Amino acid sequence: MSLEIILRSGLSTGTILLFAAIGEILTELAGIQNLGVEGMMLLGAMAAFKTALATGSPWLGLLAGIAAGGLLSLAHALVTIHFQADQVVSGLSLTFLGTGLALVLGEGLTGQNAPLISNATIPLLSKIPWLGRIFFADLNILVYIGYLLIPISWWYINKTRPGMHLRAVGEKPAAADSLGINVYGVRYLYTFVGGCLAGLAGAAISIAISPGWYSNLTTSGQGWIAVALVIFAQWNPLRAALGGYLFGMLRRFMLDLQGPMLLFGLRNPFFYNHNLVFFLQMMPFVLTIIALVWGSASARRLRIGAPAALGIPYVRGERG
Amino acid sequence: MSLPYHLRIQKRTEEVPRWLPLATSVGAIILAFLISALILLLIGGDPIRTFGYFFNAAFGSWGALSDVVVKATPLLLIGLGCGLAFRMRLWNIGAEGQFYIGAFFASLVPLVPLVDMETTPKFVILLMMALLGMLGGGLYGFIPGYLKAKFNVSEIISTLMLNYVAVFFNNYWIYSEFSDAGFQMTPVFAKSAWLPRLADYAQEVRAFSGITLHLGVVFGLIAAFIIWIIMSRSRWGYEINLIGDNPQAARYAGINITRNVILVFMLSGALAGLAGMSEVSGVVHRLQERISTNYGFSGVIVAWLAKLNPFATILVSFLFGALIVAGREIQPSGLYFFIQGTILFLVISSDVLLRYKIELVRTAPEEAK
Repeated sequence: MSLEIILRSGLSTGTILLFAAIGEILTELAGIQNLGVEGMMLLGAMAAFKTALATGSPWLGLLAGIAAGGLLSLAHALVTIHFQADQVVSGLSLTFLGTGLALVLGEGLTGQNAPLISNATIPLLSKIPWLGRIFFADLNILVYIGYLLIPISWWYINKTRPGMHLRAVGEKPAAADSLGINVYGVRYLYTFVGGCLAGLAGAAISIAISPGWYSNLTTSGQGWIAVALVIFAQWNPLRAALGGYLFGMLRRFMLDLQGPMLLFGLRNPFFYNHNLVFFLQMMPFVLTIIALVWGSASARRLRIGAPAALGIPYVRGERG
Repeated sequence: MSLPYHLRIQKRTEEVPRWLPLATSVGAIILAFLISALILLLIGGDPIRTFGYFFNAAFGSWGALSDVVVKATPLLLIGLGCGLAFRMRLWNIGAEGQFYIGAFFASLVPLVPLVDMETTPKFVILLMMALLGMLGGGLYGFIPGYLKAKFNVSEIISTLMLNYVAVFFNNYWIYSEFSDAGFQMTPVFAKSAWLPRLADYAQEVRAFSGITLHLGVVFGLIAAFIIWIIMSRSRWGYEINLIGDNPQAARYAGINITRNVILVFMLSGALAGLAGMSEVSGVVHRLQERISTNYGFSGVIVAWLAKLNPFATILVSFLFGALIVAGREIQPSGLYFFIQGTILFLVISSDVLLRYKIELVRTAPEEAK
C-alpha cells in the first residue's frame, strides 16, 4: 500500500465520475434531473469500445461514445421537456433503455481487445518534485482533459453570459423566458451536453481507464454514484471534482487494505478473513450516504442547494 | 411554412374519456414491441420468430404459465410497495435492497435455526419467516425514510446506495457463516421452511405434477386487497393521498408528515422484504447470490404502469412476469431491458394525451401566408 499509488489511482478512476458528474450538474442547473446517467454511460462505453474495435481508432471510439450518450439523452429531453413527463420515471426508464441497447448491440464484444487511448506525461509539469510524478506523469490523456474541464466548466457556469442564462432557466424559467431566453432550447441543449459527458465517462471506462467490455459490469453503478456526487457537490464542479477524486482514492484504499498481513501494527482482519472484504466493498456506498447527510445539513445552513426549478416542467403561459 | 394543416395542442378542459388511459397504456405496450422488432431487424434478427418464441415461452403451456405467475409474485409485492410510496411522491428505488434483507431475515429461521425445524408446525415456521422478512425489509426501508424525513436526504440516492450495501451484506453471509461447504450459497432449507407448491400435490391431482406455482402469489393478492382498503377506505390512506397531492395543505391540516414518510417507507420496504421471503422460501429454497433478477427496478416500472392502482398492479406484474420468463429464453439477453425501458418511456410520453388534446386542423387562409 503506497500513498502514491492510491493518489494516482484515485485521479484515474475519479476522472470517470468527474465527467459524468459535471455533465449532470449542467443538466440539473437547467432544471432537468436526468437519472439515466448509468444507462447513458453504459451505452457510451459500448459505442466507444465497438467503434474503436471496428475502426482501429480510439479517438473515433471516444467520439462515438460521446455521441451515443448525447443521443440517448435526447429521449429524456423530449419526454420531460415537451411531454412534461415525470423526470424521475423518465430517467429510470432511460437507464433501462440504455442498458438494454448497450447489451443488445454489445453482444460478443466481451474478451476482445480494442485500441486504447494511451497514457501521456506532461513535459514541464512532470518535473515538479513529487507532485509532478503524481499528477502529471504517465496518466491517461483523458485524466488531463478532466483537469482542464474542471476550471472551464466552473468559469462557464459562473462567469459567462450563456452560463448565466443556464442558471436563470434552472432557477426561474418564467423570468428567463420573459427576458427572451429560449427556455426549451436551453434545457434541450444542456440535457444533451450532460448526455455527451456521460457518454464520455462511459468511453473513459471502456477504452481508456479500465478498458474492456464486461456487459453491465462495465459501469457497475458508477452512474448512480455520479448522480449522488452532484448533490454532495451542491452543483459546483470544483466540489464534484474533489468528490470524484476522493471517491476514487477511497476505492483504491479499500482494495489495498486487503494486502498487508499487519495493519497499523495489528493483525489485519481483512487479510486473515477474506470474506470481511464484503464490508470494505460496502464502504463507498455507505460513505456516499453519510456524505449526503452531511452535505444536506450544510446545504441547509448555507442556504444553497438545488436549482429552484429542478424537476419542474416549464409550460409557457402557465403560472411558474 | 404554410402547410394546409397544422397540429393544435390544447389543454384539456373537459373530463378525460374513461377509455383513454387504458387505450394509451395498451397502445404504448404494442408500440414498444414494434420498436423492439425494428431493433431486432436492424441487428439482423428475425422479429416474428423471436416474438413467436417469446409468446410460446410465456404462455405455451400450463408449466410456462405457472412460471409467469411465480415471476410475477415478487413484482406484485414490490410494485404494491413502490406504488404506495409514490402516492406520497416518495421514490423508493431501493426495493432490490429491501428484498435482499427480507430474504436474509427470513432465511435466519431455517439457517440458524431459530426453532426446531423437525417438530415445529410448518405454518408456524412459515409465519415466522414471513414476519421476519417483513421486519427486515421494513427496517431497511426505515433508513431512507428517516434520512428523508429528518435530514431531507434524497431518497432516490440513499435507496440506490443501500441496494449495493444489501447485496454485499448478503454476500458476506453466504460466503462465510452460512456457506454450504465453501460454495457461494447456503445449504438447502429444511422442507418445513418451503412454501407449499402445487407440485407437492401431484399425487392427488395428476395435472399438478411439475407445476412450481407456490403460495407466495396468495400473499401478493392479499397484500393488493389490503393496500386497496388502506388507500381508499381508511383515514391513513386519506392522509397519504393528501400529503402526495398537496403537502402544504396536509401540514395545515395537522398531519404529521415526518411520521408518515417513515411509516410509508417502512411498509413499502416490508412488502419488498415479504417478496424476498416468498422467493427464498417458495422458489430458491436457499439463500444465494442473485436471488433477484432486477425485481426492485422492474417493480418501480410495474407500479408506474399500473398508475399506482393495486388491482392494475396485479395485471401489470403478470405481464412483466411473462416478459421475464420469455426474456431469459431469447437472445440477445439485453432485449428484455430494452423492451421494459421502451414501454415505460412510451407510457409516460402518452400521458401527454391525457392532459392535452391534439388535433389536426385546417389552417385558415389568412394564417397561412
